[in-house]
Amino acid sequence: MINKRLRMVLTVVVALVVVVALWEGYKWMGQQTDDHWPGTNFGLPTATNDMIMPHASDILGELTVDIRDGRNTLPMYVFLLKKAWFTFQEAAIGFTLGLAIGMGLAVLMARWKVAEKGLLPWINVSQTIPLIALAPLVVTWGRQQSMPDLVSISLISTYLTFFPVAVSGLRGLQSPDADHVELMRSYAAPWRTTLFKLRLPASRPYLFPALKIAGTLSIVGAIVGEISIGTKTGLGRAILEYAQRYAVAPERLYASVIGSAFLGLTVFGLISLTERWVMRRTREVVS
Amino acid sequence: MNKKKITMRILALVAAMSLFGAACGSDDVAVGTGDCDSVDSVSLQLQWLTQAQFAGYYAAVDSGIYADYCLDVTILEGGVDIVPQQQLASGAVDFAISWVPKALVSREGDMDIVNVAQVFQRSGTLQVSWADSGINTPADLAGKTVGNWGWGNEFELLAGARSAGLDPATDFTLVQQSFDMLALLTGEIDASQAMIYNEYAQVLEATNPDTGELYTADDLSVIDWNDVGTAMLNDAIWADGTRLGDEAYADITTRFVAGSLEGWSYCRDNAQACVDIVLNNGSALGASHQAWQMNEINGLIWPSAGGVGVMDSGLWDQTIDVATSESILAAAPDSGAYTTEYAEAAVAILEAKDIDTKGNGWTRATITLNAGGE
Repeated sequence: MINKRLRMVLTVVVALVVVVALWEGYKWMGQQTDDHWPGTNFGLPTATNDMIMPHASDILGELTVDIRDGRNTLPMYVFLLKKAWFTFQEAAIGFTLGLAIGMGLAVLMARWKVAEKGLLPWINVSQTIPLIALAPLVVTWGRQQSMPDLVSISLISTYLTFFPVAVSGLRGLQSPDADHVELMRSYAAPWRTTLFKLRLPASRPYLFPALKIAGTLSIVGAIVGEISIGTKTGLGRAILEYAQRYAVAPERLYASVIGSAFLGLTVFGLISLTERWVMRRTREVVS
Repeated sequence: MNKKKITMRILALVAAMSLFGAACGSDDVAVGTGDCDSVDSVSLQLQWLTQAQFAGYYAAVDSGIYADYCLDVTILEGGVDIVPQQQLASGAVDFAISWVPKALVSREGDMDIVNVAQVFQRSGTLQVSWADSGINTPADLAGKTVGNWGWGNEFELLAGARSAGLDPATDFTLVQQSFDMLALLTGEIDASQAMIYNEYAQVLEATNPDTGELYTADDLSVIDWNDVGTAMLNDAIWADGTRLGDEAYADITTRFVAGSLEGWSYCRDNAQACVDIVLNNGSALGASHQAWQMNEINGLIWPSAGGVGVMDSGLWDQTIDVATSESILAAAPDSGAYTTEYAEAAVAILEAKDIDTKGNGWTRATITLNAGGE
C-alpha cells in the first residue's frame, strides 16, 4: 500500500518535471534558433520569447506573489484557491443536477423504447448548440426570475454534464445479458426490481467513465459560464481579467490556468475515489 | 439652578426643536438628502468588469450617495456575452451603461431604450502605433496592418480612414486584435486600437526589451478620433423607454441619474478615494493602472460644458452622421433616442447641493504607471 502511494507520488513528480523540462527545452531551442526548427527555415508553431512563453520558474513563482483581492492582500495561490472553491460549488450544483437529469432520461429511455427513439436525437442535438448562444439566454432568463447568477452558471454546467450521463447511462442500463433479463422475468420481477437489482449495478462500468467526463465538463461549463456572464467570483473571472492583462503579466494567466487544471484534477480524483468506494461496497451484489 | 438658566435651556430646546421641524418639513422639496420614506431597489448593468471606467457608480454605492437618493443599487458586471442594452430591454435590469452607437443599433432593432444621461462627453478610442512607424494621421494607415476589436468598436476607425480618402476594404489590411496589446508589442500589427484609459496604458506598463525600461509616451504615436472628427459618444446611462411612462420609474430614473452624476463629481474631486473604491470592489487590474484609468475617465467627462450628463447635441449629431454614413444605422434615430430631461433635473438637484456640475477647473493629473500596472 505504502509502495503504491509512493509510486503514485513519484509518477506525479516525474510528470511535472517532464512537462517543465519540455517547456524550458523548447523555449531554449527557440531562443537559440530564432524560433525555427534547428537547421531549417521552418518556423516553430509558437514564439518562445518571455511574453508568449514565460519561464516555468516565473509562472510557479507567480503563485506565491501577493496580490490585492478587494480589501485584502493575499498570495496568488490562496486567491486562486478561493476562486476555485467558488467555481467548484457552481460545478457541483451543475454536476448534481446533470447527474439527476441524465440518469432520469437514461431510465426513461431504457424503460420505453419509444422514449429512446423520441428523446435520443434531441439529446444529441442539444450538444450542438454553442455555449456562446446559450449563456446570455440562460442568464437573462435567470435574472428575469430573480435568480442569482450562480444558479444560471450552474445551469450552463448542467447542460454540459447531463449529456454523457444520459448516453452512457442508457448504454449501461441496456448492458445486462439477455439471460439475466430473462431470469428476472422468470421470477416475475417487476421492472423496478430489475432496474435496481440488475440494470443499475450492471451500468456501473459504463457510468463511471462518463461521470469522470461529466465532472471535468462541469468545471469547464462553470468557467465558461463565469466568463460569459462576468460574475464577480470564480476562476473564470480570474482568467478573463488576466487574459486582458496578458501583454504585461503573462505569468498570471498561466497561473490561473494552472489553478483550473488543479480544480479539474481534484474533481476527477474525487469521482475516482467515489468509484472505488461504490465498486467495493457493491461487489457482492453482482458477482 | 437659577431662573435665568432654566429660561435659557427652554429657549435652546425650542430652537433645537424648530430646527428639527424645519428639517422634517423640507421632506418634499429636497431630493438627495438621505431623508427617505422608502428605499427603491434598482440594478445597473455595466459593459465590462469592475474598473475605474465605472468608478462613479461604485463610489455612489460605497460612499452612500445612492442611499441619499433613497436608492439601493446593485451593480452587475459585464461579461464576454453580456450585451447591457439587451439585459435592459429584456427587463432583467433597470438601467444599463452602453456606448451610444451600439445601443442605437439595438434600438433600431426594436429595443425601446432611451439615453437619459450622456456621462462621457468625449470618445476614449485611439489608434496607437510606434513613433518610428510614421503613422501620425489616418492617411498614414495606407498599406499598413491595422488592428481593431470588431463587434462595433471599429466604426470610428473606418470613418476616420474614409475621411482621409482611404477605402478600408482595399487600402489597408484590417485584422481583428485581441483585448490586450500583445499584437502591437510583438510587431504583428502596425497600428492597434486602444482605449486611452486602458490598453494605451498597458503599453506603458510593458518593458521595452531593448532598454530594459518601461515604454514611454514618446515611443508611441497616437491618432485621437476626437481630433479627427469621427469620434462617437461612449458611455451613457440608458433607461427602459416604455417604463419611463410610469411615474414611479421616471422618478427613480431622476434620482438614479442624479446619484450617478454626483458619484462622478465625487470621483473628480476625490480621484484617489475612487481608485480605492474600485480596487475594494475586486478589480484584478493594478493600483497604478486604475489611477491612470480614473484620471483619463475624468478627462472624458470633465469639463462638461452643458452640465454633467447633459447631451452635447453637436456630438450626438456627429455620432449619428458617422453611424449612418458607415451604414451602422439604416437611418437617423427618432428624437426619442435621447432626452436631457433627467440629466437637467439631476444637474439642478446637484447645484442645489452646491456641487460643481461643469468641472471647468478640473485638470489632468500626472500618473506614474508601474510595471504591470501594479
